[in-house]
Amino acid sequence: MKALVWHGTTDIRCDTVPDPQIEHPRDAIIKVTSCAICGSDLHLYNHFMPGMKNGDIVGHEFMGEVVDVGTDAKGALKVGDRVVVPFTIICGECDQCKRGNFSVCERTNRNGHIAAKAFGHTTAGLFGYTHLTGGYPGGQAEYVRVPFADKTHVKIPNGLTDEQVLFLGDIFPTGWQAAVQCDIEPTDTVAIWGAGPVGQMAIRSAILLGAKQVIAIDRVPERLDMARAGGAITINFDEESVIERLNELTNGKGPEKCIDSVGMEAHAAGTVDAMYDRVKQATMMETDRPHVLREMAYVCRPAGTLSIPGVYGGLLDKIPFGAIMNKGLTIRTGQTHVNRWTDDLLRRIEEGQIDPSFVITHTVPLDQGPDMYKVFRDKQDGCIKVVLKP
Amino acid sequence: MRYETERTRRRGHADTATDTLARGLGIFSIALGIAEVVAPRALARALGMKGQEGLIAGYGVREIATGIGILASKDPTPWIWGRVAGDGLDLATLATALEGRNPKKGNVGIAMAAVAGVTALDVYCAQTLSRESPTPLPPMQDYSDRTGYPGGIQQSHGAAKDFEVPRDFRTPEAMRPYAQPQASQRPTPSM
Ligand SMILES: NC(=O)c1ccc[n+]([C@@H]2O[C@H](COP(=O)([O-])OP(=O)(O)OC[C@H]3O[C@@H](n4cnc5c(N)ncnc54)[C@H](O)[C@@H]3O)[C@@H](O)[C@H]2O)c1
Ligand SMILES: [Zn+2]
Ligand SMILES: [Zn+2]
Repeated sequence: MKALVWHGTTDIRCDTVPDPQIEHPRDAIIKVTSCAICGSDLHLYNHFMPGMKNGDIVGHEFMGEVVDVGTDAKGALKVGDRVVVPFTIICGECDQCKRGNFSVCERTNRNGHIAAKAFGHTTAGLFGYTHLTGGYPGGQAEYVRVPFADKTHVKIPNGLTDEQVLFLGDIFPTGWQAAVQCDIEPTDTVAIWGAGPVGQMAIRSAILLGAKQVIAIDRVPERLDMARAGGAITINFDEESVIERLNELTNGKGPEKCIDSVGMEAHAAGTVDAMYDRVKQATMMETDRPHVLREMAYVCRPAGTLSIPGVYGGLLDKIPFGAIMNKGLTIRTGQTHVNRWTDDLLRRIEEGQIDPSFVITHTVPLDQGPDMYKVFRDKQDGCIKVVLKP
Repeated sequence: MRYETERTRRRGHADTATDTLARGLGIFSIALGIAEVVAPRALARALGMKGQEGLIAGYGVREIATGIGILASKDPTPWIWGRVAGDGLDLATLATALEGRNPKKGNVGIAMAAVAGVTALDVYCAQTLSRESPTPLPPMQDYSDRTGYPGGIQQSHGAAKDFEVPRDFRTPEAMRPYAQPQASQRPTPSM
């Protein structure tokens, strides 16, 4: 079959690889009908995330049709079922899964010991996302083996297009959880850094949850355009001072809720801390560039919340913890507990509260995937979200 | 990565030092124009051009219009060329005041030198901008209709009010009154 394979920094190719097989009774094989490139994939493409190996199949946002089911998954799935596969692999039985903390499932990461070395404890297995999280082959491919498939799926009724439901596997619940982490009140201003796909979903989620005012921060004109379409006030961080504008828009008090949907590769418009991060990162003294985190901690209203769906990999430097501590901020973060939200979100799509397909700007065949990584990363051609068709 | 700001992207080419210069010239235009409109008599006196107050004020209006054009337009190039033409007009007008009997000839000379200096800047700026313009970026995609709300934003705003934030995702109870001072139904904590 054809699949997008990681070979090194900015080297992803469409290769022919062996078809996946059932390896365990709880497995299923899915024929992928649509998959997407996620901002998290860019961290692999740019090789900011450690733990990739030459030959790994990437992709963790995908859906398709069940074509083979292991004996233990037969009760839950049958051949022909149409499913979205969450990027977090879940067992459904461990303590964490029972609490709905699916992204820290204790059982699905077959390299749990490596994760435990890096993070203190294991986290869930993820598709196409480094050997730290199990090294499971990803979904930018014609077929995927889904481990723990009896739990790791969302069944999709007929009548909805792939485009409407595909993002239930990652960015929609991610934007949603980011907003839920804010526990939004009708009086709240929610400021969202990053108007990429996750930011766009967070904007819509905050609106659905009834925020008084939503503010989006980015510098890419098309993304700001789309953010405004979703009901956000926008700030271009290349042209305006983010902190000044946010204070202006909140009578000097700062936003109650701040969402970081940028993550470890934040850019900054020529600030001192940004240059500092670049140097430290280049000399391997720091793994991430936490410019957005610093800004959020500084501008957030006292007793407010920092919600962090943006991905960080390792050690961060010069975090103004004094501001966080003295202002009594709450920090909420994590990989998304996808299945915790999907039933509810599927209903909201069916009821027409939201149609996540608005974010798609490019749809191309799978073999053009490698080029699209570059287009997406460099935000060329108005690119916001790429869907690949195997 | 080639990146552009919203403003320059809409104008069609990446931002450069020349764009900054253009904006500076725009501001200069407006400042000079205001001086000409507000104090034409003083200027006329200083240059020995009594009787030409109307003309000076007219030039002031021209300067202000050009300045606004430079600052407000997507592409300042034609407006900067407009400044070059205006500079020519200014120089020609000043030249008429150079005739032998004008006691303020010295001042006129200084004014002409100043205008010539600005003219050089204008020509440089206009030429550089013209050179940059032939390779415009592709037009910006228009996503202003990509709301994501099939029934419109009015209908979706607050549509998820039925959603109950899970207990483990709620703001710690002790912080609520501080975090949401406006919500009147919350009990005020005792001091
Ligand atoms: N928690 C999860 O489970 C989860 C799931 C999906 C994605 N993510 C993460 O969310 C983040 C965003 O994903 P995406 O798909 O939207 O990616 P993206 O790279 O397309 O979007 C990031 C956006 O941030 C903007 N940006 C950069 N620096 C900024 C700054 N200083 N201030 C404001 N904006 C800035 C960029 O211009 C870009 O538009 C990534 O870190 C990704 O790994 C997390
Ligand atoms: Zn993702
Ligand atoms: Zn589990």
